[in-house]
Amino acid sequence: MQELKSLIWKEIALEWRQRYALSGMLLYVVSTVFVCYLSFNLKRNELTPIVWNTLLWIILLFTAVNAIGRSFAQERYGRLLYYYTLASPQAIILSKIIYNTLLMLALAGIGFGFYVFVMGSPVVDLGLYLVSVALGSVGFASVLTLVAGIASKAQNSGTLMAVLSFPIILPMLLMTIRLAKNALDGLDRSVSTDEISTLLAIDAIVITLSYILFPYLWRS
Amino acid sequence: MKKSWWKILTVFILFYVIFQGLLGVVPRQPILNETIRNLYFHVTMWPAMIVMLLVSMVYGVRFLRSNKLSDDDRSAVFAKTGVLFGILGCLSGSLWANFTWGEPWPNDPKLNSAAVGMLIYFAYLLLRSSFEDEQRRARISAVYNIFAFAIFLPLIFVLPRLTDSLHPGNGGNPGFSSYDLDSNMRMVFYPAIIGWTLLATWITTIRYRLRVIQRVQDEQVSLKR
Repeated sequence: MQELKSLIWKEIALEWRQRYALSGMLLYVVSTVFVCYLSFNLKRNELTPIVWNTLLWIILLFTAVNAIGRSFAQERYGRLLYYYTLASPQAIILSKIIYNTLLMLALAGIGFGFYVFVMGSPVVDLGLYLVSVALGSVGFASVLTLVAGIASKAQNSGTLMAVLSFPIILPMLLMTIRLAKNALDGLDRSVSTDEISTLLAIDAIVITLSYILFPYLWRS
Repeated sequence: MKKSWWKILTVFILFYVIFQGLLGVVPRQPILNETIRNLYFHVTMWPAMIVMLLVSMVYGVRFLRSNKLSDDDRSAVFAKTGVLFGILGCLSGSLWANFTWGEPWPNDPKLNSAAVGMLIYFAYLLLRSSFEDEQRRARISAVYNIFAFAIFLPLIFVLPRLTDSLHPGNGGNPGFSSYDLDSNMRMVFYPAIIGWTLLATWITTIRYRLRVIQRVQDEQVSLKR
């Protein structure tokens, strides 16, 4: 537990020292949202709720792939070896997942806020929508962390990251979009319990698998 | 001869299936008409594919425990045969859809799930080809294989059931078995599943043997140098 805490703290400290990367990601979200805003500006009143919803999730998906794709690439090979002699692989993967979850929650929160600010909000049930954004960020972070670990071992890891993660994240993305759509239309919350439980189940499977499989991954 | 009994069985079953599929007695259904024969050639592809991918995943697990490259080779060839049967399933399905639903690729959750499943395994093959070192490739692709299979199962079995689908047995449509899969068709359908799965296994073993021969040849070439 102590190990986990210090590893998470190390991730945060590392990120804080390289603030340009953090502000780069923030700028990425904000400018993507702004590009979408300006592109739809001509026909803004024709933006249906479905398009509004899907656009937000695609922006969040690309943000997640970009932000988490670097989580293994930013450290040098020698330093990674050093961590691996100090900490157990399970603690490393859990700390990365938790850190990426926090990062995604922050990025998605800011992205969603700015998106609502410029594009307006047709959301009826805001509480449930925020829950869907939070669940989506947790899910994205947990799936993408292991994929980032896999992709970082290969040479052209940028392309590979997108190719490996997009189809794998799709079940989760579809469930989240459906949940968000329910919140958008303000359906009764009991309708959404199916989606929430499926999302949590996929999260549980993915995190367990990451926990089991990562020790095999870092040895190579 | 003792070892090849199942190959002979495969040939017999598939002859039976093709003969029955083209000439056998089938029930007349309003929209399906004669296309119901495609049941033996479309639906049966999916169990064969899932068995191949499952075996591939199991060999992935075995590789991680044993570190033998032969396990990784088996995992790779089983995944490739699985992809082949997936593509065949998509093709025979879109042929069927063209006659019954009016277009070759209707927007249906099951079709899309199958397509995404294929994408996952194409990504697996791409991942395999992007490593030079064999141990490294074997280990990393085994990790991805297990991960992918765990996502693939809910994609194929859970997601399509939550929405409306044109396929029988989903979203309130009655299943095939309840009204039109009569006992005649059952007699062909279940052997067909076994037959195609055996054929897939046969293809895989041949490919695996080719792989072994290639490996031996490579070693001899490197020894001569």
